[in-house]
Amino acid sequence: MPDMGPVLLTFALASITTVLLLIVGTPLAWWLAHTKSRAKPVIEAVTALPLVLPPTVLGFYLLVLFSPNAPLGGLWVTVTGSTLAFSFIGLVFASMIYSLPFMVQPLQSAFEAVGREPLEAAATLGASPRDAFFSVAVPMSLRGFLTASVLTFAHTIGEFGVVLMVGGNIPGRTKVISIAIYEHVETLDYAQAHALSGGLLAFSFTVLLAVYVLNRKAPLNVG
Amino acid sequence: MSDNPVLSFRFRLRFEDFEVALAHDMRLVGITALFGHSGSGKSSTLRVLAGLETEADGTISFDGEPWQSPAPDNVFIPPHQRCVGFVFQDAALFPHLSVAGNLAYAESRACQRQNTTDLAKVVDRLDLEPLLQRHPTSLSGGERQRVALGRALLTRPRLMLLDEPMSALDTRRKAEILPYIAGLPAEFGVPVIYVTHSVDEVAYLADTMIVLSKGRKVADGPVAQTLARLDLGPATGRFEAGVVLDARIEGHDREFYLTNLDVGGATLSVPLVDAAIGTPVRLRIRARDVILARVEPKQISSRNVLRGTIQEIAEEPETPFAETLVDVPGGVIRARLTRASVADLELSPGTPVYALIKSISLVGSVAAIRN
Repeated sequence: MPDMGPVLLTFALASITTVLLLIVGTPLAWWLAHTKSRAKPVIEAVTALPLVLPPTVLGFYLLVLFSPNAPLGGLWVTVTGSTLAFSFIGLVFASMIYSLPFMVQPLQSAFEAVGREPLEAAATLGASPRDAFFSVAVPMSLRGFLTASVLTFAHTIGEFGVVLMVGGNIPGRTKVISIAIYEHVETLDYAQAHALSGGLLAFSFTVLLAVYVLNRKAPLNVG
Repeated sequence: MSDNPVLSFRFRLRFEDFEVALAHDMRLVGITALFGHSGSGKSSTLRVLAGLETEADGTISFDGEPWQSPAPDNVFIPPHQRCVGFVFQDAALFPHLSVAGNLAYAESRACQRQNTTDLAKVVDRLDLEPLLQRHPTSLSGGERQRVALGRALLTRPRLMLLDEPMSALDTRRKAEILPYIAGLPAEFGVPVIYVTHSVDEVAYLADTMIVLSKGRKVADGPVAQTLARLDLGPATGRFEAGVVLDARIEGHDREFYLTNLDVGGATLSVPLVDAAIGTPVRLRIRARDVILARVEPKQISSRNVLRGTIQEIAEEPETPFAETLVDVPGGVIRARLTRASVADLELSPGTPVYALIKSISLVGSVAAIRN
């Protein structure tokens, strides 16, 4: 029986990251889908950066940012009394940036697919923009929300390089599955490495299969 | 609430290579057609009225209430507070809701005002009962538009704006949905502004019309008078050009399945119509369906011949054609001739002629029969 600590920690990290990114990523994706601003390509490029940057580069800059000598890290120490680097909160921050494109891009596509007309129809039927967002745009984008959440969750679970840079390997705080596997291999404990790796492989495949199967079905109907 | 609210607008809307600039005041009675060819700015105008074009500059007021007003007032009432029913070209039903769900969506957000329109009435008048549990994607084009009409009505609008609701339908589906649209003002007590590029639809539905061309208003007035204006040639189209005449059912000939119509004292006959004697009907006669003769034609198959006098001739330069306007009992009709015929027959204003009418459509009559 492998040590379940890293597994629980990983799932907690992925869940919290997904929920927070839903809250942050939805307005960003909505803005990107509807804006005519000239800043749009810049923001899109920044959002997509984590897709192409080596995790170590991202992790390195985050580590610098989290340092008690940097403005953000310093502020955090002043407010909370602890450092962002090598903490679970720090990992959540890092994961949110690392997984941002996986939340924003599917949502943006979904919002763009809804288009302007259903929202205009909702407006002429007496729905305020906020009402139209929740009663028309969200239900029509349910599949986008599902895809974005699943991809964000799965991607966060597979995080390694960023965690290694900003989280280290502290049991119960920053020792996630991928780090645990790395450690097991380093110590030649292949049985434990197999258990965790096999589990992660099975989980990732199941999740992706579920997404693709759902995407094949007819539009989601609610009500 | 006054029965016939006044709508005033004066706005300018710029696109990259096109500009719509319109000013118009009207007392909204029955159905007003906003007529023009594609690119004339008619749909944009409708969207401006609904508040869907935020880029438009200008002033709009409805029933004394400002909807839009430039600086320093800076009024812009957003679409969801204008209490206007809008029917989109392709219906724009919500795909995530059933037909019943679409209707309920509108009803739960209805304007708070005196109006008896409710779900039962809308379902009854628009025959929506069999569709309620269906899904929008499973409906035919005509059914979708009927649901869209019902959905817009359930918001209890003060004004209905219809943006070419039949442009995507074939002729048969159009005939199915026309009576429902024609009945809107009487059944639901709501004035309608109807955008279309079809003279047939204008003739069938509208009481008054505004003609747009290249983003400007070129004419407005009662449909019969406006359609009879030869000077609007390019704006009202040539192939579709024609007039409407008011007539009355005079009698039925059951043996030959004909109905005789009284048009200002003269009689025209059409295939048997199921309507009571005395019922007022509207006729549409296309310019291309009229032949002119200088002498009374005898022994011909056409039964519909009216005596009249040439009122106006408009020759179309660099084409073979000329449009003529002929005074007949009960109004005027337009006839499309060749310029060669005008010369051969020596036609000029004041010439007495016989107008042979090859085809007459009864418009508006179906709604009359239904009631």
